[in-house]
Amino acid sequence: MTGRQLAAWALVALALAVVPVLLPSAFYLGIATHALIFAIMALSLNILIGHGGMTSLGHAVYLGVPAYGVAVMTMQLGWSPVPTILFALALGTATAALFGVLALRASGLGFLMITLALGQVMWGAAYRWVGLTGGDNGIRLSGRPTLFGINLTDAVPFYIFVALILFMALFCLWQLDRSAFGACLRGTRDQPRRMRMLGHDVWRIRWTAFVLAGFWGSVSGVLYCYDYQYVSPAALSLPQSAEALLMVVLGGAGTLAGPVVGAIVITAIKTIVSSYVDRWYTLLGLTFIIVVSVMPTGLVPGIAAWVKGRRA
Amino acid sequence: MALSRRLLVQSGLGAATVALTGTVARADEPIRIGFLTVKTGPLAAGGIQMEQGMNLFLKLRGNKLAGRDVQLIVADTAGSPATTRTKAQELVERDKVHVLIGPLAAFEALAIADYVNTQKMPTLGVAAADDTTQRSASPWYARATASAGQCAHAIAHYAATELKYKRMTIIGDDFAYGHEQNAAFLRVFEDNGGKVVQKLWPPLNAPDYGTYVSQIKNNVDAVFMSFAGSNGFRFTKAFFEYGLGGKIPLIGGMTAMDEAILQQTGEDAVGIVSANWYSAAYDNPANKEFVAGMQRDYKIDPGYYAAGPAVAGAVLEAGMKALGGRFDDREALMKAMRTAVITDSVRGPVKFDDRGNAIGNIYIRKVEKKGGKNVNTVIKTYPDVSQFWTYAEAEFLAKPVYSRDYPPAKNLEN
Repeated sequence: MTGRQLAAWALVALALAVVPVLLPSAFYLGIATHALIFAIMALSLNILIGHGGMTSLGHAVYLGVPAYGVAVMTMQLGWSPVPTILFALALGTATAALFGVLALRASGLGFLMITLALGQVMWGAAYRWVGLTGGDNGIRLSGRPTLFGINLTDAVPFYIFVALILFMALFCLWQLDRSAFGACLRGTRDQPRRMRMLGHDVWRIRWTAFVLAGFWGSVSGVLYCYDYQYVSPAALSLPQSAEALLMVVLGGAGTLAGPVVGAIVITAIKTIVSSYVDRWYTLLGLTFIIVVSVMPTGLVPGIAAWVKGRRA
Repeated sequence: MALSRRLLVQSGLGAATVALTGTVARADEPIRIGFLTVKTGPLAAGGIQMEQGMNLFLKLRGNKLAGRDVQLIVADTAGSPATTRTKAQELVERDKVHVLIGPLAAFEALAIADYVNTQKMPTLGVAAADDTTQRSASPWYARATASAGQCAHAIAHYAATELKYKRMTIIGDDFAYGHEQNAAFLRVFEDNGGKVVQKLWPPLNAPDYGTYVSQIKNNVDAVFMSFAGSNGFRFTKAFFEYGLGGKIPLIGGMTAMDEAILQQTGEDAVGIVSANWYSAAYDNPANKEFVAGMQRDYKIDPGYYAAGPAVAGAVLEAGMKALGGRFDDREALMKAMRTAVITDSVRGPVKFDDRGNAIGNIYIRKVEKKGGKNVNTVIKTYPDVSQFWTYAEAEFLAKPVYSRDYPPAKNLEN
């Protein structure tokens, strides 16, 4: 790691650390926590979209399935937190491994449609399998867990927990980006035929990326369940998938900071701006249209290019 | 009246200073009501009527309850459980409201149930989910409207004993609200000698009810429908388009013939019998004033959605009056509201059972054409109906919650 990179990471850590000091109340810290959880989800989707060039409209599966895993294991079987979390992560990742096999039979629009269909299947199952999921009444969690002796009920410890995981996610995905695998993945995005000619197994690279995305998505799903302490089919719904996609595209696909910025902007509009503006959905739409037309590559690359242009 | 948010933030700063310095509520402080409703998305039509009903109720009271000024703070839940929770936190933790009214949908109410419990926040719900006042009742939650099954019990009794139906088809939206109504109907109808021979579950967003209408058996005495939102109107339209209207009688649950869709349904609606805890045609002074106000301010007849907050407002007022206008002690306020006996709300008399659900009149209503428009004329009143109907509470609660498959239908025919 170069000195500059080290400084950048220190800055990220500092930014995450000062949030609880700056934010005045548990309420705003709670919103920051929501934003960071969706940032992890958007980061995981970005592995597919930004690095792999595979646009998925079914990423809510990896938010919802592990969230249901946590809720069912905790409330119906009475498991303790650590095995519950491990099980939920394994469940989400295994779902990704299976769905990857199905979805990667196609690419482009076909891939998009299959992920959409698989997402709807899981949504339908959650809605209908009332015995397991409670149908549209969902499952309520009785509270946040105590992990390694630290009780996560209050806003501050839960925020720190989520921030640590986001930091880990960012670091892992940064390493992924720099690794040989990351280069292969970008290769399959830009020149799949050439990669095949070079002897790479394109399918396997894409599938591995799909499973990785599923794993990090599952991480956000577990946090989502503990955050809201309630899971219902809304967590698996198409609007949830589309929202994650919007976060990635708005912030900037293929960049590390983009999905995080996108998640923060959209969560802020949804939760804070909506208190002041009645037509906040319209505002969300307008924001998206403006960003896409002024900065087609997203906020982060757009602003970076603008800053560079001013310096030159 | 709803204040602008900016104004609220400014006045909120003052309140926050008070909170920081640890002093209790000032004697002249207004009561802040946090109002959760849906203003965007598919449920917004009902959600906006909820807000109109609440605004009108406060306007008719001169924006004062029990002599205290009122600040209404409206939050949009967007019909999403996660957003509902965030908005509830916003109202409770940031705006420091004294009481919550809402939210609209059952899954929204369930999403905040444990939050209002841990925060000890007095909440007056309007969502119908049975278990919020049954198996998972909370001391901080009261519902002045009705559980989903409550009205269906009454109309099932009416169908079996007065309309003398023997064999019926039941059809409803395929989600918890439809399931709970149909299950409640099935139980009471069969306990009174009827037989449910067919159950149909169209999905909530069915594009066309034709395929379901064509499945209805032609040898049933009547069809019971439990639909939400505009689905009752859409189903009735299809029912008539396919020629069943006039041949097989149609009766409805709590929202199937709601005033919100009654005019659109037109001639087809005339003669349809339904059950609700409210009717815009219900005759008492409070309701006359309320209906006139809704027609004047919003050009609509109030129905389930608009009347719910007006009843909740009356409960809050009664609770505050019992405490001499005080509301700073949450425990006392909740207790006063749950033990209040209200005689003159827009739905008539209402009080609460020990699980926080309303005991009140259920009206059997028949759609009639009066003065060029459809009205839900009350043809029979079941007085003081509890959510447990005539069953013993302990026995009722020992059984599973009403669902798609419970109680089991023993008389289905293929």
